[in-house]
Amino acid sequence: MEKIGKFAVIGDSESVTAFTAIGAAVFKANDEYQAADILRKLAKTDEYAVILVTENYAVKMEQLMQKLKKQPYPAVLCIPSSTGSNGFGMAGIKRDVEKAVGVDIIFND
Amino acid sequence: MARLNVNPTRMELRRLKDRLKTAERGHKLLKDKSDEMIRQFLILVKENKRLREEIEGEIAEALKSFSLASGEPLNVAQAIALPTLTAQITVGTKNVMGVDVPFMQTKRVGNIELPYALGAVPAELDDAILKLTSLADKLLHLAEVEKTCNMLSDEIEKNRRRVNALEYVMIPQLQETIKFIMMKLDENERASIVRLMKIKS
Repeated sequence: MEKIGKFAVIGDSESVTAFTAIGAAVFKANDEYQAADILRKLAKTDEYAVILVTENYAVKMEQLMQKLKKQPYPAVLCIPSSTGSNGFGMAGIKRDVEKAVGVDIIFND
Repeated sequence: MARLNVNPTRMELRRLKDRLKTAERGHKLLKDKSDEMIRQFLILVKENKRLREEIEGEIAEALKSFSLASGEPLNVAQAIALPTLTAQITVGTKNVMGVDVPFMQTKRVGNIELPYALGAVPAELDDAILKLTSLADKLLHLAEVEKTCNMLSDEIEKNRRRVNALEYVMIPQLQETIKFIMMKLDENERASIVRLMKIKS
């Protein structure tokens, strides 16, 4: 199954505008509800392979993100917003490790 | 441990023995699968962590210089509205230990150059855009790795449940039932021998 996928960014306008420069489709959202709507719509179209979501919104729509984790595409990824990272992305990795191994053996240094 | 509700017959015994054999074989296979999945998962998750740390730092920097540049938002928005390069992602799936995970290949279309007149916008923008451009490939790689980790960890959890169910429920039950049937059959045999001896005497 080979096909061409696109690359989308969802987030507040300050953080995401920059991504137009690298050829991503940019969707601006004013709050997390709008962001969740957009994400749901994009996930349904099957057109985008990678969707980046800024962390400040990703934190508030965790359930949706968890649901999207179960299928291979789209790959939803959270990125720090323009105000910096709040550690949500790292927490995701930690959670994965805990789920798979039982204890966190990567971050306890 | 509760035994299964079956008739103590020879046929049932044979059937249960076959089932026990299958269960033990399945348990061993699943356990091996689980070991291998965890090994691969650990390799991937380490890479995931490394990439994410790298990217989070770089993105934050790039976005900072971008927001410095976008003091005049209209100008900046115009300047980058028509990018010279777009990323084309060829997507497919790859099979890692029976889990379908995404597999992407990026192809850059166009060349890396700044799509605006240098005089029209602040110099910080150049910096931000060049940084983001170099980040794009890494971001896609991270997306792939992180998704793989997510799906693998899900699968590991599911697999562990299967292994445990076999090890602690299914196999003991079968063993117990087999033992019960054997006892019962032996007892019947002894009873009939005793009966025969009584009749003879």
